[in-house]
Order: sequence, then structure tokens, then C-alpha cells
Amino acid sequence: MACDWPNRWSHLQKILERSGPYAHPDFEAGQEMLPFIKDNIKVLVIGAGGLGCELLKDLGLMGFMNIDVIDMDTIDLSNLNRQFLFRKQDVGKTKADVAAAFINKRIPGCKVTPHFAKIQDFGEEFYRGFHIVVCGLDSIIARRWINGMLVSLLRYNDDQTLDQSSVIPMVDGGTEGFKGNARVIFPGMTACIECTLELYPPQVNFPMCTIAHTPRLPEHCIEYVKVLLWPQEKPFGDDVGIDGDDPSHIKWIYQKSIARADDYSIPGVTYRLTQGVIKRIIPAVASTNAIIAAACATEVLKIASSCCQQLNNYVNFNDTEGIYTYTFEAEKKDNCSSCSQVPQQLRFSEDDKLQDVVEYLQESAAYQLRAPGIVTMVNGKNKTLYMSTVKSIEEATKDNLKKTLSELGLLNGQRIHVADSTTPNSLLFHLQLASSMEKE
Amino acid sequence: MIKLFSLKGQQKDGAANSKSGMGPKKASAAQLRITKDINELNLPKTCLTEFPDPDDLLTFKLIICPDEGFYKGGRFTFSFKVGQGYPHEPPKVKCDTMVYHPNIDLEGNVCLNILREDWKPVLTISSIVYGLQFLFLEPNPEDPLNKDAAEVLQNNRRLFEQNVAKAMRGGYVGTTYFERCLK
Ligand SMILES: [Zn+2]
Repeated sequence: MACDWPNRWSHLQKILERSGPYAHPDFEAGQEMLPFIKDNIKVLVIGAGGLGCELLKDLGLMGFMNIDVIDMDTIDLSNLNRQFLFRKQDVGKTKADVAAAFINKRIPGCKVTPHFAKIQDFGEEFYRGFHIVVCGLDSIIARRWINGMLVSLLRYNDDQTLDQSSVIPMVDGGTEGFKGNARVIFPGMTACIECTLELYPPQVNFPMCTIAHTPRLPEHCIEYVKVLLWPQEKPFGDDVGIDGDDPSHIKWIYQKSIARADDYSIPGVTYRLTQGVIKRIIPAVASTNAIIAAACATEVLKIASSCCQQLNNYVNFNDTEGIYTYTFEAEKKDNCSSCSQVPQQLRFSEDDKLQDVVEYLQESAAYQLRAPGIVTMVNGKNKTLYMSTVKSIEEATKDNLKKTLSELGLLNGQRIHVADSTTPNSLLFHLQLASSMEKE
Repeated sequence: MIKLFSLKGQQKDGAANSKSGMGPKKASAAQLRITKDINELNLPKTCLTEFPDPDDLLTFKLIICPDEGFYKGGRFTFSFKVGQGYPHEPPKVKCDTMVYHPNIDLEGNVCLNILREDWKPVLTISSIVYGLQFLFLEPNPEDPLNKDAAEVLQNNRRLFEQNVAKAMRGGYVGTTYFERCLK
């Protein structure tokens, strides 16, 4: 590459051009490896915040030259202490654009493509375009969404084995104050986000009666205003929910919380605390982000090159007192609602009725379902095709049984989810719909 | 360990820059989990659910008609809102029927541990239904949301019983008016 200078990559070449005792047994050390990393591998970074800034810098300096970054946020003054790709004049601009421009300028040859968007704005075609996805997110919902997307990209061979070329590994970092974790997920092969949903610390929810009658902490007073007073007084109109980014909302909650705290002589309600409780902010620590991002970026290099065994598969980090790390293998669940679903084929014709499908699921030796609840998506919206176990839904959907699959708007390749008490998780079917002409 | 990429590597070209390539939307993890929960909702005979929109399994009503205890003969409606965080986060549950009850306030807020501090992803909608049903069988004056009702229950069970009956028939308990909610 024109922008390379002598020894620019010598640190990487030491690792990539010779094998070592910790290398993957199939590691192909050699001079082709570095250009492979630089030119071939496409990495998607999700989030350009505290972790994202670190990740982009680490990956760029490690030789990954083709990076996309998605972030839906704009830069806030309070980000600048740790999100070091941003400067004061960038406040108000999009994180993705500013971060990409900074890296592209600072690391010659690196091409970061920014997307100021939500991850949900992109579909399968987009995500299929990457070799590895790295997440620096603070939202479990977003993690679950991208996890579901990568699982849905999996393809299975005729004998139900996984087609490994459809696997897009996901490296996930997370931090909360002085604690953090990094993990490597091979969707369909190792534990996914849904397999380990219990590992995420539950939201702190105080008992309702404590909030209502026996507050002891400033947080109780703020929760009181949030949970009880807001829906009662509707300060900004009937359907206006609390927006943690709207200063007038926070100010209202803050003032009401102060009054509540005064009634019970509880000190410590501040504007910052109010905002923290409402937005569930846990103070971010720059060093934790740096450590977790470094661990994640290292895993990306290991996955891309096989120069070393990958993290297997979860590491916890804590430097509240001293430094503690613990690595363990999170187990893939056989009944994971996401990654254990090997899609089955359902072959029907457009003229077949939903009743035929229900009967097939109940009678076929392979399934023998008892009371299948059948849902799908039509035009991007959830649709309950049939469910017999809930009276009001049964009544509303029983007419569907008499309709043909084409009348119901079902298409060839349609994903259909079927829940039944006989299976630990819902079954995923791909509808193979033959037009009536093709039917033999 | 897993090795996915050889030097030949799969080429990943194509649509990586087009936002247009949106495939059919997929059901979210919360959606799949709630479908399972709802399909297997084994309701006690005192409970029934109503789905205003059968395509939206995340929004529904639960109606409880207790057949024993203080609230026998009443009909109480709860609205459930299940978010995309489910089951990491519990559903939001409110009581739509105004009820004289130590653990339910006059705004419909419910004090049930598994709805807040003791929620776990392994719990289901069924767990909440049984929890709510239990509140009507065993109102708990220890964790009051309606302090007046709790005090009466603690000090004078007979008066509490009368107040509940009065409220369910429709009428005043103290200065609060309760709509009739008998079956
Ligand atoms: Zn899983």
C-alpha cells in the first residue's frame, strides 16, 4: 500500500509470519496473512461511544483497514472525557461520522465507513457483508437484536449440520464502572446472548411499597416521581413518557424528587443523580473501556488470523479493588430460544389452507404437536396465524384456518414460528410454497 | 477451537453499503419468548385473558374473578405491557379496576415482588398471573401500597371484609368512591 512506511507493520508481522506454541493448529503463518487482514477482512463495529472509540482505534492500528461503524447518537459534552475521538467543536455532530473521519485521517489507509443509524435500520444483506461483528453497546435490547440477526443468517446443510461459511463471529464487550466483560460468540456453535441472558445483571427495581411509603434513599424519591407521580400528573401531556434526554423532563422530576426527599428528610437528591436514575446511567470509567476494547480487538485479530486460540469464551474483569479476571466457558443451551433453532422446511402449496398446516404439525410423526401457536411476520408486522390455547385469540384467528396460505399473505421462504407445550422452545420453519401450477 | 477463515477467505462483497437491502423483518427475541409464554398460559379457572389485537401478543388484559376469600365475586382487570426487553425486564402491569386492596393503590399500581425487585428471566407470564391471583386470596398488610386498607386489615379483619364488599358493590369507603366491580 502506498501509505505504508518501513516497519509500519513489524509488530503484526512478528505474530502473523511465524507460528508459535499458542497458535491455532491450522494457523497458516506467512506473508499473505497481513494483506489478508488489511484487504480482505471486513469488520463491523457497533457503537461509537466509550468502547467504540477504543475499538476503532485498536482495530485500525492492528491493520484492519475495512471497518464500518454504526451509531445512532450525537456527541454530548459529557462524552469528551473518555470518547477521545471527539473534540469540543464536535458536540452535536454524529458519533459515527466524527469517529470515522478521525480514524481515517489519523491511520493512513484505514477506511472507516460511518452509519448514523440504528442497527435495526439494516437488514440481512447488510450484515451478511461482514466477516466479524464487534459490539460496544450499553443496551441489552440492541445486543439481543444483533444476536438474533446473526443467528438468522445461519444456513444449514441438508443433513441439518451447520454451514460454517454462514457463521459471522460476534465479539461483545460491555463495561459498567470498574467492571467489564468480553466474550466471543460463534452463532450456532457457542453460547449466544440468549443462552446466557441470566448473566446480565438485572435492572435495579426497588419494591413498589418502599417507593410509595418507606423511602430511605435519594433513589427511592426519584423512582417515586418516575413511577407514581409522572403517570398521575402527566406534566407534559397525556401520552408523553419520560425522555431522559429532555432537560425539562429531568428538571421536573428533580424538583418533585427534592420535595419528596424533604418530606422524609433524605439528603442527596441532585440533578445529576436524577438524570442517572432516570437514564440508568452507571458512571463510565475510561480505563475499563480501554481494557475491554483491547481484549475485544485482540479476539478479532485471533479470529481473523487464527494466530492464537480464541477466548473460550467469556472473561469477566473487575478492578474495583486490585485487578481480578476470570475466564469461563458460557454453555450453549440446547433449548436456547435463538441459536438452538435449526429451521425446518414446511412444504405446502399456495392453495393449501392453514388448517392443513396445523393438522400436519399435529399428525406428522416428526412433530406431534399438541396445540401449536403459529405466528409470523407479514409486511414487517407480527401476525398471529392461529393459537388455540387462548380463548380470545382462538376466536379472533379461527377464520384463518379456512383461508389458503396465499390468502393469508404468506410468501415462499416465509419464516414461521410455532410454539407448543411439547417443545422447550418455539420451532422455526421456512415455508416452501409451491404455486398451484407447480404442484405435482 | 474454531477456525472460520482460511487465506482464501470467503469474499464478502456486495451489499455492505446499501441500506435498501432490507430483508423481511424478523420476530424479535422478546416476541418469540412471549409467543411461547402465551401459548402455554395455563390459566386457573378464575382467570381469563383478552387480546384486543390478536397480532399484538405484547399487549393484553388479564381478568381475575376470585372464587374465594375477601374478593370473591369481584371482577378485576389488569393491563399487561410487555417490552422488547422481555424477559430480561418484567412486563409492566397495572390494575384497571379501582380496588380496595392493601397492595394495590388507587392509581392501579401493584406491589408484587416479582413485578419489580424479584423478577428473573426464568419467570413467565403464568408466574405473574399466579402472583396476582394470590394477592386477592392473601392480601398482605406488611407491604402496603394502600396504607389505609392495610391498617384496617391488620387491626380489624371484619371491618376490612365489610369495606371490600362495600367497594365491590360500588360506594364510598372513607372518602374514596369505588366503582362497582361485581361479576
Ligand atoms: Zn443461544
